[in-house]
Amino acid sequence: MEVPRKPILNETIRNIYFHVPMWFGMMVVCACSAYHSIAYLRKPDLLSDFRATSYAGVGILFGIIGIVTGAIWANYTWGKPWSNDIKQIGSAIALLTYAAYFVLRNSITDLDKRARVGAVYNIFAFVMLIPALWVVPRMMESLHPGGQGNPGADPRDMDNRMRLIFWPAAVPGFIMLGIWISTLSIRIKKLNDKNLLHV
Amino acid sequence: MYKLIIKLLFLYTLLFLHASTVNAQQVEMADGLRANGKIYVVVAVLLTLFIFLLIYLVGIDRKITKLEKEDKKQ
Repeated sequence: MEVPRKPILNETIRNIYFHVPMWFGMMVVCACSAYHSIAYLRKPDLLSDFRATSYAGVGILFGIIGIVTGAIWANYTWGKPWSNDIKQIGSAIALLTYAAYFVLRNSITDLDKRARVGAVYNIFAFVMLIPALWVVPRMMESLHPGGQGNPGADPRDMDNRMRLIFWPAAVPGFIMLGIWISTLSIRIKKLNDKNLLHV
Repeated sequence: MYKLIIKLLFLYTLLFLHASTVNAQQVEMADGLRANGKIYVVVAVLLTLFIFLLIYLVGIDRKITKLEKEDKKQ
């Protein structure tokens, strides 16, 4: 596949297919997680709690992959892996918020209380995710392309051939991969704690 | 003594000149990953992605193994 020829970026423009969909995937699984947390608060069913935690776990996985791949990419284009770019800081904050979700959950031994407090915190974490990844990066100078007004990519960087791979294949592919991995871990939790669920 | 100082000064300027020409040549470092239009950066990114996914899936595999063992006991 031919890609646009750009200085500095060179062939690394192909990383758009892998680094950027990580954040799409993270947003989708974190949204699923928040959805199931709300569902738990509406109707306390441990199954919703299992779903929320599994989705949040995969969200963290995608976030870590996104940060690490981003650091590798940055090392060879911006000159160093971590330049305290506002989007790097934002995603680090988001990841730490979600890490705190698991720390908080595991500090509570009572199952129902853990699920309830976890659900409340998880909704808060998702609400924090939106300014950290969508709002603040749009307001400040950044090394990321697109600059103000766009959190991730500059739409002009990709040509039509790249868009043809990016939108119909890379983004939905990684989103579905994330959802599939989450369902695997939900199914394991269901089997593991069969006796806790009254279904 | 005087000659020695002149000599040292000469050497020093030579050294300085040499260093400045090296700087002027704009050397790209970490050549391995920057070679061939930085295509190996893409390889590194793909490998990282693969390794992290693999670690997660191995974790799931281990949980399943645990479940299977418990299932056999019963």
